[in-house]
Amino acid sequence: MSRKFDVVVIGGGPAGYVGAIRAAQHGLSTACIDAWKNRDGSPAFGGTCLNAGCIPSKALLESSELYHRAKEEFKNHGIGVGSLSLDLDAMQARKRRITQQLSGGIDALFKANKVTGLYGHGRLLPDNKVRYTPHNGAEELLEAEHVILATGSSPIELPMVPYDGERIVDSWGALDFDAVPARLGVIGAGVIGLELGSVWARLGADVTIVEAMDDFLFMADAQIAREALRQFKKQGLDIRLGAKVSGSEITPDGVRLTYDDEQGGHEITVDKVIVAVGRRPYTEDLLDPLAGVDVDERGLIAVDEECRTTALNVWAVGDCVRGPMLAHKGSEEGVVVADLIAGEAAEMNYAVIPSIIYTAPEIAWVGKNEQELRAEGVNFKSGSFSFAASGRAKAMDHDAGLVKVLADAGTDQILGVHIVGPMAGELIGEAVVAMEFQASTEDLQRTIHGHPTLTEALHEAALSVDGRAIHAINR
Amino acid sequence: MSIEVKVPQLPESVADATLVNWHKSPGDSVARDENLVDLETDKVVLEVPAPAAGVLTEIKIESGATVTSGELLATLEPGEAAAAVAAPAASVKPEPQAAPEAAPAAAAPPATAASTENAGKLSPAVRRLLEEHDLDEAQIQGSGRGGRILKSDVVAFVDQRVQPAGDTEDLPVETVPAVGGARRDHRVPMNRLRARIAERMVEAQQTAAMLTTFNEVDLTEVIALRSRYKERFEKEHGVKLGFMSFFVRASLEALRRFPVVNASIEGSDIVYHEYYDIGIAVSSDRGLLVPVIRDVDAMGFAAIEKAIGTYGKKAREGAISMDELTGGTFTITNGGVFGSMLSTPILNPPQSAILGMHKIQERPMIVGGEVRARPIMYLALSYDHRIIDGREAVQFLVAIKDALEDPGRLLLQI
Repeated sequence: MSRKFDVVVIGGGPAGYVGAIRAAQHGLSTACIDAWKNRDGSPAFGGTCLNAGCIPSKALLESSELYHRAKEEFKNHGIGVGSLSLDLDAMQARKRRITQQLSGGIDALFKANKVTGLYGHGRLLPDNKVRYTPHNGAEELLEAEHVILATGSSPIELPMVPYDGERIVDSWGALDFDAVPARLGVIGAGVIGLELGSVWARLGADVTIVEAMDDFLFMADAQIAREALRQFKKQGLDIRLGAKVSGSEITPDGVRLTYDDEQGGHEITVDKVIVAVGRRPYTEDLLDPLAGVDVDERGLIAVDEECRTTALNVWAVGDCVRGPMLAHKGSEEGVVVADLIAGEAAEMNYAVIPSIIYTAPEIAWVGKNEQELRAEGVNFKSGSFSFAASGRAKAMDHDAGLVKVLADAGTDQILGVHIVGPMAGELIGEAVVAMEFQASTEDLQRTIHGHPTLTEALHEAALSVDGRAIHAINR
Repeated sequence: MSIEVKVPQLPESVADATLVNWHKSPGDSVARDENLVDLETDKVVLEVPAPAAGVLTEIKIESGATVTSGELLATLEPGEAAAAVAAPAASVKPEPQAAPEAAPAAAAPPATAASTENAGKLSPAVRRLLEEHDLDEAQIQGSGRGGRILKSDVVAFVDQRVQPAGDTEDLPVETVPAVGGARRDHRVPMNRLRARIAERMVEAQQTAAMLTTFNEVDLTEVIALRSRYKERFEKEHGVKLGFMSFFVRASLEALRRFPVVNASIEGSDIVYHEYYDIGIAVSSDRGLLVPVIRDVDAMGFAAIEKAIGTYGKKAREGAISMDELTGGTFTITNGGVFGSMLSTPILNPPQSAILGMHKIQERPMIVGGEVRARPIMYLALSYDHRIIDGREAVQFLVAIKDALEDPGRLLLQI
């Protein structure tokens, strides 16, 4: 007798486990299958985000940031630290503890919400049957009213720079270095490349980032991207734009990378290479051809605006479908799908999803940027405020960066907010709420912000849109 | 016992009305005769008062819907206001293992009045604007999610009202012009009145053979008469002596002399009206209205001025009734108050003629062989050439001119 569930979720990352918990909260019988295995072979829910992405990288970013501050900034505060030492093993152990605690947390949440967590592999068969193959144990056929596919994404491999798991690694490998590389090459100056490059640069590596695009952070507002690049260069990150990697070679001296740019061919030799050129949707061994689920030419599972696939009662969410590859986007899609399955009204607002890069300074944005508004022919107005004028930022000794607000010139509605600076990832939350409520710049202007806080920079930037900033000269 | 609130009997010529906005929500207590909802017809906005004091229990028809006479609008529970409002739909958990398809019945649906759930929630900018322009939130239609009023909604509402040219406030310091010449549009559906006006305008032009003849009138005598007697007039009659009464009386004399100008076409008949109902065009927030002064021939100057004054006030308050707008055998329109020097007014069907008054401007005129500065107004008479010949139209206008240039003729009816 096969087990029957109202909902079977295949994939236990931020989209899958969140969707499963939400479905269970609606009273639906829910199972969540996840195939992730840690390096030691142990399974864990939480997906790439928790085990090999967001969380471990944030842990290392935090640790490396503290190390960097102790080394470079404490003296400004009159604090002497004597001779600074780095115990990378301890740092990595802390990171592992955190991820273990959090994946254990998901286990607890599953139990509390009565989600049946299943470690193993899931494959969608026709008629909403799921073949579940546990890591240890016999295959089982599950029957489901609804199936949610949430298998996420995996790093894109470059054929001319193939992973060897030792010297040439992907983002997961980059998090697990057991020693700080002397020379580190990073291919790709996107979010992941910048964050990982930052971590090891702070810990003492000589980092070169090679980016094929001519524009730095092309998806961010150009003014913000320019300011960020300036800051990173100041920190000693060697970022080379318009540089297309052509080949790699393992030599006794290290890994030799060759790349071409406007000026011609170049080469660099490094001890380790991180390939961070993007991620592709992961649907390996997931879909039986007769299950009726279409996949597009990029490998994304085809869905409509409610995340329904081409098969009845089969849904797909997260990195394996269209849209920004962000954990919070996947989670919210999981919630929306669970609500829809439960018969409630639910919708995603794709226009108001924040993007965050956890470098130092942090970069965050929500809504449209200036280039996009120009291209769309929107009549907009803009305002900005530098953290250099923020009392709080100065007290923190982190006053690089700015807040920029873009609004519709006619209706005054906020169209986009862009931040590079301290705690940008936290500050953007206020902008997201404002935009969800379709707020006008004036609404932000007339909202009291605490003093002294970093959020005041958002307040002043909003005032600056109408030339009414108090703590900056209006031009 | 629940009371039904229904759409009042609409006048004969009106087929249906649009429900504009509710002033009360379910659960609100209402006083007897308190206005519950506005219904907009082609001509006026009707109020629907509460038939008794009590609590509004249920709204049956939402904003924007079209309603007909007698339709059920809402239900009212008479008596003291109920302490509790309708309980929000409780969240009911479906049975475990229940088929999700059955869940819609069991799970809590979101607020069904989704279109108004955010109606009362005002952001800081909206609060500021409402106060600045002395508006009530009930006057504004919210275009945000759940009916939330956005800053742009209030701004649009304010802009639509007739406003004197003033300083543009809140000019952004750094306005970035769109590259490539973007053209932004602001789309507003016509309200019923506007749509009806548009229809009638086109109808007038397509049915009548419309022409306009012009003349000028020297208002020296009228102005002299006014300045000589205005105080006495006001003291005696309690109303100011304006220009309109002169024009109305002059038009009346001309209509008497040229009855075909007071006539209208019905099918293949010319209908000569043996009464004189003159419409005076007034502008209001919602558009052009033409209230009619009935039996002008029985009215003296004072009565005419009083009637015009009353209509002007009613138009500003949006209180002109349907009856006051129908009928009329002739219309006078005055573009001069807006600065118009000369224009070609459009007929007000089924009338056959309309007189256009314009700005009074000092001009150099030859008087007794000498150049003198005289107050001149251009007059325009648009007429339906199907029944009014050119000669009659011209002479009609000359008759008005003569009467105004020598007001004694009005007295003597010559």
